[in-house]
Order: sequence, then structure tokens, then C-alpha cells
Amino acid sequence: MAEEKFDVVVVGAGPAGSVAARFAAENGASVLMLEREREPGIPVRCAEGVSHAGIAPFIEIDKRWIASTINVARLFSPNGEHAYMYNNGTGYVLERRLFDAALCEIACKKGAELRLRADAIDLVWENDQICGVKYRHQGEIKTVYCDIVIGADGVESRVGRWAGMKTAVMLEDIDTCYQYTLTNIDLQGDSVDFYFGNQISPGGYIWVFPKSQNTANVGIGISGHLAKNNPPKKLLDEFIGKHFPNAKKTYEVCGGVPTANTLKEIFRDRIMLVGDAARQVNPVTGGGIVQGMIAGSIAGKVAADAVKEKRFDKKFLKKYKKEWDKRLGHLQNLHYALKNKFFQLTDEKFNNIVEICKSIPPEKFTLKELFSSAVKGDPKLVAEIAKAFVVSKFK
Amino acid sequence: MKINMRKCDICGTCVAVCPVDAIYVSEYEVTIDNDKCISCLNCLIVCPAQAITEEE
Repeated sequence: MAEEKFDVVVVGAGPAGSVAARFAAENGASVLMLEREREPGIPVRCAEGVSHAGIAPFIEIDKRWIASTINVARLFSPNGEHAYMYNNGTGYVLERRLFDAALCEIACKKGAELRLRADAIDLVWENDQICGVKYRHQGEIKTVYCDIVIGADGVESRVGRWAGMKTAVMLEDIDTCYQYTLTNIDLQGDSVDFYFGNQISPGGYIWVFPKSQNTANVGIGISGHLAKNNPPKKLLDEFIGKHFPNAKKTYEVCGGVPTANTLKEIFRDRIMLVGDAARQVNPVTGGGIVQGMIAGSIAGKVAADAVKEKRFDKKFLKKYKKEWDKRLGHLQNLHYALKNKFFQLTDEKFNNIVEICKSIPPEKFTLKELFSSAVKGDPKLVAEIAKAFVVSKFK
Repeated sequence: MKINMRKCDICGTCVAVCPVDAIYVSEYEVTIDNDKCISCLNCLIVCPAQAITEEE
């Protein structure tokens, strides 16, 4: 087989990788995506919630990949009370398998190549410089040469490690998650529900994201350092037994969600990391679809510019981190600090927060209103944390 | 460390917390390089499928 060469090789065709490939391709670079699975978007390891505002800049909304439309979030305190939050704008629960495929199609239409069942296994080096990717494909080890590698290989990312970057996360900075898709349950259908409490889900929360009036993704995230004594599956099963005793499971999946800050190093000479691989995930909510897409768009454009200028050194690629910090990096910093406070709250404090939220009429529910109401309740801590949660939930 | 592939969901959470890059995920399996492994137990602790055990 003739030696292959592309300007950019993207490892992973999830949302971050596909958007990176698309932006690189539409700005003139030749791009190859390597995807380990037989199609993009599988297996779905995701609660599938996003905001309209988050995805709209990247893709025309298509009902094919929307399971349900969300208008409100409900926060449940440990004592069973709940408060409504309306001010996040419209959200969706996606069909990720179809959504990821749609994003990947856009990249392909813009000129990117996609190679499936292509499992990246190492970087190729020449004179101490990255110059390609080695991958397993159809039983053979193959090599593709390139000027820039974009690592979009998810939570289990190894691309960064091969390049010498420190990508390991600490146990307290990863959530151990378990999720079922349940059917035969009774729902309003337009609200996403979050359940908090140290008995319910220590260091994390349980989510109920409806996919229709009687089906939902119901999952749990437990902070990694607490997972040994609080196995997520056990806690989730208890919750379901209590709240949805007649439920039937139609899908079962587990996985890890980074709740860290963005990695210190997300680029080097000839390489950039995006999405879960760069730990570009909201540390409070664990949401990472939109973050990954934004990072992908920045990295893809920077890669194309680098190709035009023939500048692949880290000095040039620094633009990627600079832009990321400006767009979301600073916010992630803040959320990371808040996460550590939020998930250390006692059940009593969770109850207080929900009480305060409840005292505000739903239609008047703004951050300002919450803030002024909170002043008379617990304290600035409450306001600070609730604000972070509301702002970040669907970002 | 030992992975029970009957329990493993190939989610890759273990890879993210491995400080020494001793775990590898492919489309159909996860393997731990016991020569590199420093027995920190991070992978065992976070595995949502509880598929990892300490090898005797």
C-alpha cells in the first residue's frame, strides 16, 4: 500500500473529533479521522442532555436526533423536596448515536476522510518530532503520516500520553457512572431531574433525562474516590426500586466522566488534545458535548491555519489554548473550584438550597432573584453554588 | 491486576486514572501491562463494572 499522508489526523470521531475535522477540512486542510468503532457514536456512554444554544452554532437542529425537548430542570433535595428552574433556555435529550453520525457526516461533506474500525495504537516519530499515527485496521498495522495530530480519543485518551503529556486524572476528579435507559415509567417528559444527597449519590448526583413520556436515561455519578464504598450500580438500583418500581431496562452502560480542570498541557509541537481527552468537561455537571465541540472548532481552525503557514510548532498551536481559555477555560476553572465545595455539602445544606430555590416564583427565577433570596437564607455559599449550577447546567 | 472481561464494559475509565499508562483499550478488550503496573489500585477503585481485581 502506498504511503498515506494527510495534513491533519484526528483520532476519534465523537463530537469533538468530528467538529475538529470539519473545521480543519473547511479551512483547507486534508484530514483523516480514525475511529475505533464500526460507526461514530457507539457505544453511547452519555446522559445525552444538551442546550439548544450550545449545539445550534454547529449543526442545524434535526428532529431525527432529538428524543425530547426540555423546558425545565428540577432539583431534588435529599428530603424529597424539589425546585423548578426555567431560566436555562430550551434543551434537548439527544439520540447520541444519530447526533454523532450527523456531526461526522458534516465533516465528511466538508472533505474529511473517515476510517472506521481503525484503532490508533501509537504515534510515529521522526527526528524527535511527531509525524504520523500508527493504527490497527483490518488485521494489519498501518501508518498514516501527517503534520498535526488532534487527539479526540475520549476519557480513555492515550494520544496525549504517547506525546509525553500528563493526562492521568486523580480519583476525586473522575466520576464513576452507571446508567440505564428505562421504559414503563411515568414522566412529565419535559423536565430533566437531578437528585442530590450524600446517601443518594455521594460526590455526584442521579439524573433522570426523559427520552419520551415513558422512557428516560436514568444514571448516577459517584466521585471516584468514594466509589469503592458506594458502588454506583448498587445505589442506582436502590433509587430505581424506590422511584420507578415498575421500570424495565432497555439499555445498560457504564463509564467515567472527568470532572477535572482542563489539562495543564493540551498542545505540544504538532499535537493538540480536544474534548474528554483534554478533560474539557464541566466539572459540576459532567457535561462535555458542547465543550468538546467548541474545543474541536478552535483546534480544527488552528490546525488549518498551521497548515497554511506551515507552522506546526507549539508556539503557533498556542493559539488553540489561548482561545479555549478565553471561550470556556476560565469558566471551567471557576466550576472546578465550585465543584469541590458543592459536592462536600451536607444533606442539610442541599435541603436549604432547594428551599431557597422554591421560595422564588418559577417565572421570576433568575440568578439575581436567587441571589437576593439567598441572602436571607444560608449564605453566600448557597448563592454562589446555586449560581454555578444553573449557569453551567446546559452550557 | 486482573480484568474480568465478562464484567468489563470497555468504558476506559481505568485508563484515565492510571498514573503509569499501563492500561490499553481496544474495540473489544482492555489489557493491563503488569510489568508497568505499580499496584496503586486506582483502576480497581473507579471501575464502574467492578471488573478489576488484584491478582494473587
